[in-house]
Amino acid sequence: MEIGNLLTVIIFLPLVGSLLMLFAPSDRSIRWFALLVTFATFLLSLPLWFGFDVVNAAELQFRGVEFSLISESLDVRYLVGIDGFSLLLVLLTTFLGPIIVLCSWNYITENTKAYYILLLILQTGMTGVFCAFDILLFYIFFELTLIPMYFLIGIWGGERRIYAALKFVIYTMAGSLLMLVAILYLGYAAGNAINDGVFTTNYFKLLTFNVPFGMQSWLFVLFAFAFAIKVPLFPFHTWLPDAHVQAPTGGSVVLAGILLKMGTYGLVRFCLPLFPSASASHTLLIGIFAVIGIVYGALVSRAQTDAKKLVAYSSVSHLGFVVLGIFAFTLESLQGAMIQMINHGISTGALFLILGMLYERRHTRMMDDYGGIARSVPVLTFFMVLTVLASAGLPGLNGFVGEFLILVGAFSSDAPGMQTLTVIATTGVILAAVYLLWMLSRMFFGPLTHEANRSMSDLNMRELVILVPMALLMILLGLMPQPFLKVSEPAAENLLQIIEHKRAVVERDDPSLERIFEFNQRPLPSSTSEAPPAILEP
Amino acid sequence: MELSSAFDTILVDLAGGASILWLSLIGIIVLVWDIFDNDAPSIPWVSAAAVVIALGYESFAVMEPSSTAFFSLIQTGGVASFISVIILLSTLASIVLCAPYLKGIRRSYGEIYALMLFATSGMILLATANNMVTIFVGLETMSIALYILTGVVRSDEGALESALKYFLLGAFATGFFLYGIALMYGATGTMYFSEFAIGYSGSDLRTLFWVGVALFLVGFMFKVGAVPFHMWTPDVYQGAPTPLTGFMATASKAAAFAALILVLYHGIGTLELGGANWQLALALLAVATVVVGNILALTQDNVKRMLAYSSIAHAGYVLIALAAGTSEAYAGAVYYLLIYALMNIGAFGAMSLLEWDGKEGRLQTLNSLSGIGFKRPLIGVTMIIFMFSLTGFPPLGGFFGKLAVFAPAVNAGLTWLAIVGVLASVFSGYYYLRVLYVFWMKSPSDADPAVQSSTFPIPISSASVLVVCAGLLLAIGLIPEVRDITLTFFAQGSLLGLP
Repeated sequence: MEIGNLLTVIIFLPLVGSLLMLFAPSDRSIRWFALLVTFATFLLSLPLWFGFDVVNAAELQFRGVEFSLISESLDVRYLVGIDGFSLLLVLLTTFLGPIIVLCSWNYITENTKAYYILLLILQTGMTGVFCAFDILLFYIFFELTLIPMYFLIGIWGGERRIYAALKFVIYTMAGSLLMLVAILYLGYAAGNAINDGVFTTNYFKLLTFNVPFGMQSWLFVLFAFAFAIKVPLFPFHTWLPDAHVQAPTGGSVVLAGILLKMGTYGLVRFCLPLFPSASASHTLLIGIFAVIGIVYGALVSRAQTDAKKLVAYSSVSHLGFVVLGIFAFTLESLQGAMIQMINHGISTGALFLILGMLYERRHTRMMDDYGGIARSVPVLTFFMVLTVLASAGLPGLNGFVGEFLILVGAFSSDAPGMQTLTVIATTGVILAAVYLLWMLSRMFFGPLTHEANRSMSDLNMRELVILVPMALLMILLGLMPQPFLKVSEPAAENLLQIIEHKRAVVERDDPSLERIFEFNQRPLPSSTSEAPPAILEP
Repeated sequence: MELSSAFDTILVDLAGGASILWLSLIGIIVLVWDIFDNDAPSIPWVSAAAVVIALGYESFAVMEPSSTAFFSLIQTGGVASFISVIILLSTLASIVLCAPYLKGIRRSYGEIYALMLFATSGMILLATANNMVTIFVGLETMSIALYILTGVVRSDEGALESALKYFLLGAFATGFFLYGIALMYGATGTMYFSEFAIGYSGSDLRTLFWVGVALFLVGFMFKVGAVPFHMWTPDVYQGAPTPLTGFMATASKAAAFAALILVLYHGIGTLELGGANWQLALALLAVATVVVGNILALTQDNVKRMLAYSSIAHAGYVLIALAAGTSEAYAGAVYYLLIYALMNIGAFGAMSLLEWDGKEGRLQTLNSLSGIGFKRPLIGVTMIIFMFSLTGFPPLGGFFGKLAVFAPAVNAGLTWLAIVGVLASVFSGYYYLRVLYVFWMKSPSDADPAVQSSTFPIPISSASVLVVCAGLLLAIGLIPEVRDITLTFFAQGSLLGLP
């Protein structure tokens, strides 16, 4: 199922569009052109969904052109493709592209051209992250997203935008630069072990390299640190509320919808299969952080007066679930984590969109400035109620599917302490309902407290075009999650097999090692020469 | 060596030293021309044309294998030409930027161009030297011209102070350097650093040799502005006319580092060490340099001074590669010098354009430039590229440069050094992005009224320098050939031909 260089086109079309936009004459033409480019990218990405070979979802598909990067003497290549983990995230990115343009339509009034150029560059970076199958290429795309985001927050953000933008960049940069050193170390180690001494960052070659246990621990820590900041996992989350609150609506949607997923995606894509033993031995620690994040994020959300900040902290809570699911090492929890990434992107994205629409009308984010606005904006309220229920995990809507799978999977995990952690995490579901419904009642229901809110206009056509597809997706994912879950199933199964196999090999070869949880009981594979799980490079 | 055949050898080898001779010749012509037709407006363009010719010549020579000329006193082709290209590129950019800059501050000095040409020929001599005496001659030719250039705007007291400071400290460092050479010669009996190994193995004065190396390194660390010999850098960089600051920060640093790399690669690196660990010494210098450079840059409010401290930090990144001391690391260091030159020519060039007026622009405090990005999009946008590249963000050149110096360090077992390096560059993110914040995110109403009302023109020549530097930084990651060329320089054996 190869369609040439479709992925490369999808990744770079926005970048090309951003260059062409330099010649756009008026604000109006700039907006329409940005919409055209992002919508064309979305249409181009649809064949990925229809042409994707679900049975072989663990394999790399849509692999196109390849060439050397940096130097011929290093095995660093431009290598893009998608598998069951990345397909939905790529589609989410291209789907949110036009929506972000539309939500910025009237919000961005100054320096319009620069804004849309940055937005398009950002989309190239984000799409690239999910398609890169060379770690260094992944790193390049990963960092590329910081540059436009710095300006999106810093130029078009709120009052404390500069602090927020700088904090966002420096925080993320600290993590990712340490990861860079780890990538270099891993590249040389793998090169010496399996690639004739040639430095390699090719994902599939690295997968076949069993990193010695001692090395795994600190490489894992450096990788996980970078991704934990991005997710953000408690206690590395402090940049997130600042960035979210200060960013313009479009920036918040990108941040919540896609940028945060780069962290969780990185954990699934790199940390687990490359450092399986270290991942297993850190399960408890990361699980505790995740659960603290779930509960703490929920409690802090409840205490907010600023609606945007409330949603920002709810992201900390929701992504705690994703991380918990990833580190529970069961098929259900892993699939739940994957689908929860998509769900969170849609429902939290929609929450930010609706709050942005309110902000455009009243220029305030404080919940006290609203109250009872269901009377003046009934259609908007309908979408808000739907989104809040989806976000809170009401069965029948998308949020439920992911959280349920994660909790079920994590509870059945044999990792130490995971059951206790799951029980505590479950309270997060209840707390989510508390703070979200509380926000809903304070802002939308009850008596209309402010006279200014009486004359507020309801959704216009543009806003309906934004919210209807989001709402449809929430319902679709809630009622029929199977087609989406099927995509990630073979990839997740394969990942768990790889983890098990590699752990067995690495931990058997290290006699000093005190084996970690279930490997105490299980019989080990007979020899190192035993074939690894079949599915690697196509 | 037969003295009777010496003259023939010199004639044959003229091609090897062609750029040095050519630039000196044009320099002398320009100097004489300036006497008779004071500050003729065509002087800069003639000088620039001369540099372009040398640049073309050296670009072709890059592909030739490394060799030596003039009784092995200098190296030709290969890495020598590559470094010459870096030096000539930055000279060319500086000359192009200098002409409108001087016009802007209502000064005109024809001799600047002669001095720049002399300095450049000294730098090339230094960077291509294959003998300690050649290094010294090159170093002094370069330095003396630079001392004068620093103080060339005679009416500016700050510049004069800088020049005197530079001269006194520079002369001091030269003393160390000479003592170092003398001791190394005393211990090994040779001035050719590729013969050190032979002299050293038969020498019973090994301690003396290492004392010599230490003194020699002190001299060099001064020239490249490494901590703790960096004190002169901020004052001199701030005091000198901005395009010349860019010239000093890039070309002279590249030349000094190139000479150091060649001495380490052909000379000191080939010795049987025994207990001596020069690599650890370089690693410690690197740590001090990246940490102190970055931390001091954090607190600067003056952009030129900030760039000066940041250039200290960048010297530290190169030292990280030198501490690794492998072929791959030396290649990475050379590659880094190219990228470093592009970034800093661009950054200093952009700042020089903002000094359209002898008074207000000269202050160059960050806040006086509030909101300049939207007002001057060319400077603003290219500055985005330079600052993010200096911070080391992909996909810009600075990232690939850092990769080229950190990766060999990791490969050589100096992972801790790479970690110190990247953590220090997290600090650099703060001060580089602060420039962009002032340029793009601060409201223009906070700016100096003078900045507000000004409508200074940007000459096409200066604009093209900025655009070319920015374009190269954007594209260089996609051109693996550049990195591969640097790797070939150090791929074959280290010993060159000897007389």
